Order: sequence, then C-alpha cells, then structure tokens
Amino acid sequence: MSDVAHNLTRFAAAAVFLSSVVVASSAQESHIGNLTGEAKRGKELYQRYCIGCHGQRGDGDGDNAPHVDPKPRDFTVGTFKCRSTPSGSLPLDKDLFDTIGRGLYSTAMPRWFPLTRQQRADLIAYVKSFSPRFVEEEPGTPLEIPRETPSDEGSVTRGRELYQTVAKCSQCHGKEGRGDGPSAATLTDDKGHPTLPYDFTAGTKFKCGESDQDLYRVLMTGLDGSPMPSFSSSLKPEQAWDLIHYVRTLRPGFQQTAQKTKEKKTSGVSSAGTATDNTRPSVH
Amino acid sequence: MKPKYLSILIAGALTYTAVLFNAHNSTVRASNEYRLSRTASDDVSNGATVTGKVAFTGQAPKNHAINMAADPVCSKSHPGAAMSEEVVTGPDNTVANALVYVSEGLPGRTFEAPKQSAVIQQKGCQYHPHVAAVETGQKLMVENSDPTTHNIHPVPSNNREWNQSQMQGAAPLETTFGREEIAIPVKCNIHPWMKGYIAVFKHPFFAVTGSDGKFVLKGLPPGNYTITAWHEQLGTTTQKVTIAANETKDVNFTLEAQPNH
Repeated sequence: MSDVAHNLTRFAAAAVFLSSVVVASSAQESHIGNLTGEAKRGKELYQRYCIGCHGQRGDGDGDNAPHVDPKPRDFTVGTFKCRSTPSGSLPLDKDLFDTIGRGLYSTAMPRWFPLTRQQRADLIAYVKSFSPRFVEEEPGTPLEIPRETPSDEGSVTRGRELYQTVAKCSQCHGKEGRGDGPSAATLTDDKGHPTLPYDFTAGTKFKCGESDQDLYRVLMTGLDGSPMPSFSSSLKPEQAWDLIHYVRTLRPGFQQTAQKTKEKKTSGVSSAGTATDNTRPSVH
Repeated sequence: MKPKYLSILIAGALTYTAVLFNAHNSTVRASNEYRLSRTASDDVSNGATVTGKVAFTGQAPKNHAINMAADPVCSKSHPGAAMSEEVVTGPDNTVANALVYVSEGLPGRTFEAPKQSAVIQQKGCQYHPHVAAVETGQKLMVENSDPTTHNIHPVPSNNREWNQSQMQGAAPLETTFGREEIAIPVKCNIHPWMKGYIAVFKHPFFAVTGSDGKFVLKGLPPGNYTITAWHEQLGTTTQKVTIAANETKDVNFTLEAQPNH
C-alpha cells in the first residue's frame, strides 16, 4: 500500500470514529448557560434519585408510581408542563433544569436541593434521552416576557372581567378561584387521570414558579399534558398582566394585607405622591 | 503521525460529521412529513374509483341531549336540545362521520400535501365537522364563531400534544400534523361535552361519510388495496379490493353496533 493510500485509510477510520463520538454526545448533552450536562453521568444520578417514580424506561411507571398522584411524568413522550416555549413544542434545557431545582408544588416531585447545578444538568441530559423527540426536533422559540404593567385597581378590574367572562377561567378555576368551576370535575391529564384546576385561594405556591413572570409564562405557554391551555394567541400581554393581577387578589387575607400596605404607603412620606399604588403585597 | 496528516484528519472528520448531521436531519424530515414528489397527478388520468356506503347492524346507539348550562352562551345557541354526535345515522342504517380510507396498497408512495386548507368550525359549542380529515402537512384552520372562549386540545398518540385557547373573535388557529394518525381525539376542557376527531393521512385517498353513509375515493392508481372503514363508536372493518385503470368499484361496509351501546 502506498503511503498516501495508507494515510487515507487511517484518516477515514479516524473520521468515522470521531464523528460517531460527536453525533452520539450531542444528542446526549444538555446546555444550561455555561454548564454542559452529560447523559452518562446523569444516568447514575437518575438511577439513584428518580427511578423510583419515573421508572427504568423513563415512562413514569416506577415502583412508586401507583401511590403517587398526580402521576410521575412520562419522559418518553417529551411533553412537559413548565416551559418557556409554545404549547406542543419541546422545552429548553433550562426549563427542565429549573423544574428540578424548584420541584413541582402540590405533587410528589420535590425540590432537589442536594443536587449541584452540574448534577442537575447531567440529569437533564439523561432525561432527554428517553424521548426521540429531542433528537428529531428543536425546542420551540422561548416566550418573551414583556415588562409588567402596574397592578392598580383598573388592571384588577379588567382582569376580573377577563377571568369571569371573556377568557372563561372561571369555567374551571371557579368564580371565587377555588378550583371548583362547572368543568372542574371533568378534567383529566394526558394519561386520562383526573386532575384538578389550581385553587387560587390556597396560596401562592404555583407549580411552575411563584413570581408574576412565572404566572405570565404559564398563562401564555399553557401546562402541556394538563387541561390548562396556552393563551398566547388569545390574550394581549397587558391582558395577561391584568389577569395575573386579578388572580393575586383571590388568595385569602389579600384584602387585609392590601389595606395595610395602602395605609403604610399613604402614611409614608416618600410614597405619598404615588398615584398608582401597587397594592399587591409582595409574595414570600 | 506528522502534524500535516493530523490537520487533514481533523478537517476531514469535521466535514464528515457535518455530512452525517445533514443526512440525519433530512431522514427525519422525510419520515415526519411525507412531502416528496407527488406521482398521483399521473395516476388521476387513468385513476380508478372506489365508491360505496357505510352502514351498521344491530341496535342503533342513542345520542343524548347535552346539558350546556355550565356556559349559558352555549345553551342559548341551541333553541332546542343540543344532541351528542357519537353516532349520527341516516336512512337504512347508514352512518355519518365514518372515515373510509386506503390502509394498505401504497407502499413507499409519497404525496405532497394539498394547498387547500381544511377547516374545523366551533359553533354552538360543538365541532363542525365532528370528524375532520387532513393529509400530513396540510393546513388545518380552527375557527371560533361562538361568543365564548374555547380551548382546542388534540390528544394524539403519534403527534405532538398541544392546547391553545381561542377567545371570542380571535383569529383562526392554523396548524399541521406531521404523522399519520387515525384519529386524534380533540377536546375542549372548558366545555367538556365538546368532542371531535382529526384524522391524519399520509396519502389523499380518504373520505368522511355524510348521514347517507356515502363515500368516494378517486384517482387511485390501479392495484390491490385494503380499504378500511373507521367509526369512533362502531369500530373498524376492512375489505380487499383489486381495481384496474379507469375502473369504478362499489364497496360497501357494515359496522356492528355492540349491544352495550
């Protein structure tokens, strides 16, 4: 064999080897900011922390699944509740990363405090490997959250109108926000299990985060796999803020807290001239 | 190894990787969307036709009145009682909202999606049509002519699940489905009685029956086919048919109503 031919052969063999490594690893990685997660490391973590509920195959059918309600997520279908991307599209790695860090309030999914950021990134890489969608599709374009409008009386009033009549939130969430609307009892998740709409009077622990921006994201991208739709093609941004300002008033004790805040503000010298008081109390 | 060879090797490896990626992506695209060269235009000139009726035997399942009181906008739009549409029948036990389609006999053939959109109208808090059918990649417009908010929530098993609300007066929602699926249930969580179906085909040889149960499949290339009739409640049944160029064949289907309906 000539030198050239010999080198070509070696080159081809090396090229095949290198490219297979690159292809395999890119599908098995997650990227969150500067972090790169690797599925290989994530697998070990998954088998220690997640397998009990989410199962060996990632299909949500782990040993604990029968005792858990709502049921553990089935990773094989690639449908996720907490997303910054449009309904029906894949989430960003960061969305999944945030879910592990935050947990899903009112479910069996805890906040994974003991895991480092790197470990969470590794887990995401492994979780993604359960669904072929992460190889076939790109995540959707993330929602841009515009600046929040002032939460004044006008906004709350407009929000009430949207909630009670126009956007029909009350149909599931109920007139008083107790999660007991006329359609509430009929709701099921993507696996056919009964599910309940959020009770706004129960507090402010929302599944996908507690800030107004988190609520905006849920309202505009929906909670895929649940009956909660995306309102991105229905609501203008200012209407979405109005709705959020209104549902904030549904929690118990709001009236008293709002009154106190108002009194405090009007008695304070610095805020005496504020025309549009933000009467919503801060969320802890 | 000399540095010269090493640099050639790395450059070559990168190029090869890029090629692999492209090949991979295009395979995925093809398998998802079935939008390749259409050969049906040649077939239409000598195309065969399958025509017939879908009927049922057994006890006709009864539809029930829907209580729409939960949303007065919906109940007001029906001066009489709104009826469920699970089984809509016609004279001589014919069945409406049945899908009739070629289920075997087109191996490897691909068809371009038609330019014309299909439409689902939400009216009187019900879906019109109750069963819609599209080709993969064909535009489907979902319109809301009710003065209330709906959410359109397809629950597929072979396509992406999504869930979009559509308020009164909102623009039509435009969507496509990438994979064949017969048929995707569609629901509105706000109005739980609303139920419909979207069937997605990778070829143009399908029809939805009216209450006379009639269907026509046109422009079929000569050959051997399995034709399936599907109904959401009455199940499916199939028949084999062999057709020659320009031939028209009558094929009738009988679905069996189960006693417990």
